[in-house]
Amino acid sequence: MAPSEEDGSMEEKETKKKPLSPFATAWLTFYNITMTAGLLISVPRWLVLAVAMIRFSYQKRTHKGLYRSIQKTLKFFQTFALLEIIHCAVGIVRTSVLVTGVQVMSRIFMVWFVIHSIRPIQNEESVVLFLVTWTVTEITRYSFYTFNLLNHLPYFIKWARYNFFIILYPIGVVGELLTIYGALPFVKKSGMYSLRLPNKFNVSFDYYTCLIIVMIAYIPLFPQLYFHMLRQRRKVLHGEVIKEKED
Amino acid sequence: WRPRPLSSRGCRSSLGGLLLQARERERVREADMKHYEVEILDARTKQKLTFLDKVEPNATIGEIKVMFHKNHTRWYPARQSIRLDPKGKSLRDEEILQNLPVGTTATLYFKDLGAQIGWVTVFLTEYAGPLLIYLLFYFRLPFIYGPKHAFTSSPHSVVHLACICHSFHYIKRLLETLFVHRFSHGTMPFRNIFKNCTYYWGFAAWLAYHINHPLYTPPAYGDKQVKIALAIFLFCQLGNFSIHVALRNLRPPGSKARRIPFPTKNPFTWLFLLVSCPNYTYEVGSWIGFTIMTQCLPVALFTLVGFVQMAIWANGKHRSYLKDFRDYPPLRTPIIPFLL
Repeated sequence: MAPSEEDGSMEEKETKKKPLSPFATAWLTFYNITMTAGLLISVPRWLVLAVAMIRFSYQKRTHKGLYRSIQKTLKFFQTFALLEIIHCAVGIVRTSVLVTGVQVMSRIFMVWFVIHSIRPIQNEESVVLFLVTWTVTEITRYSFYTFNLLNHLPYFIKWARYNFFIILYPIGVVGELLTIYGALPFVKKSGMYSLRLPNKFNVSFDYYTCLIIVMIAYIPLFPQLYFHMLRQRRKVLHGEVIKEKED
Repeated sequence: WRPRPLSSRGCRSSLGGLLLQARERERVREADMKHYEVEILDARTKQKLTFLDKVEPNATIGEIKVMFHKNHTRWYPARQSIRLDPKGKSLRDEEILQNLPVGTTATLYFKDLGAQIGWVTVFLTEYAGPLLIYLLFYFRLPFIYGPKHAFTSSPHSVVHLACICHSFHYIKRLLETLFVHRFSHGTMPFRNIFKNCTYYWGFAAWLAYHINHPLYTPPAYGDKQVKIALAIFLFCQLGNFSIHVALRNLRPPGSKARRIPFPTKNPFTWLFLLVSCPNYTYEVGSWIGFTIMTQCLPVALFTLVGFVQMAIWANGKHRSYLKDFRDYPPLRTPIIPFLL
């Protein structure tokens, strides 16, 4: 699911309370700078295409090139984000492995199992929608982490990280859902990634049904994540003591 | 001799006054020994939520929870967690106020556990689901495999046997919930019912779909495989039931005392010599038997996930046994003899 915004304030707390070893700090700084830089490199390409899109009226062929041109960068950076799970597992970032794992895996699912695998939908507008939101979110997120690690956080970055998500997150989710929905007919027709009966171990897997279940899963999961970010926002930006309802 | 007013200030000057003062002090001290004052603060905000005066020294935490509930009707006793310090462990309902390390003015901390639901309710719901859902697939209701196969019957005997075993298993669980188990906590968080039911009902649907499918393939080694699997299944079901009965008998009715379980005359309970939670061991065994019987990968996955969860629970139980009892048998492992 779109912007992985979970760990923000957790990491803030972490860097304030327990000083990281110099090696860990160096690695995390390098990692976050690389991610920021990588995304900033891809942004100009997007800007060029966005300008082209605006200049020529809204036709398929003007954003046809978008995915193809940034796909290598996109795949590299979203897959590279697997490292963040290791950061949590090893303990240099104080966030739950499960939360980060779910977010990274959902990104990887979108990139590899939806857009990459199902070629006909690569030119859909919905793809542009979530690629844009992902890019902006990632740039703010990684620069936030970078500045945080260097203990030199400009208020604007903090403000951006805790406010952009309010519109970006729902837009991203809409983009993702529309993309998956658009992919359904192609999946059904090709029967891709599916295992049929009969077979010796009496197992079957229907990718079409799987995608539908994924879409339904957004219903309980998206609000939880969204409201969590809203609570984090109130806590960080307004210093409210939130009396959290514990399960 | 002039009659003196009884106020202590007026009495201080005379000997009679001094005696009166002493007697009053005595009375006040006596009153102190009779009653405690309990203030309850919110564990997170430290805000004072309730002040209870005149609390009996032998009052239990359970009774204090009832008093607290009177002042805050939203927080019924089952959802209160009362502790001695904000991040400490919850105090048990049976704890007596004067036995706690508190002064005559006790400060306790409250945490809201959230809406609660009874264990029995949760168990009945989560077990009734698989029982009924499996039957929907077994009888091949029209909306499942399509109208062509509606209400047809499988030619394979193992499919009928599997239905009997699966249904038996969940009926056994329902009956144990009603008549055998003694729960140490009355309630659990309300959210759990959605989580638990999704797990049980979802998996039941997934494995029932495959076993009762018109294109189901019976086990590769035929009758031999089914017979051995059935023997394992029945053996472990009996074992699991024996352990549940033994655990029930460990604890007299109404008691919440904790004791080390030991083998009884029933041979199935001899597994207690080797593991802390033989009920989980037998449960995994039953599902391994069912997996072999049906030769169905979804069943194998369900067994695996169940095993992981039960291993975690067994480990926790094992650790708490070790913590509570100095003389806990050293040979025992949590769930698998000698290994885990």
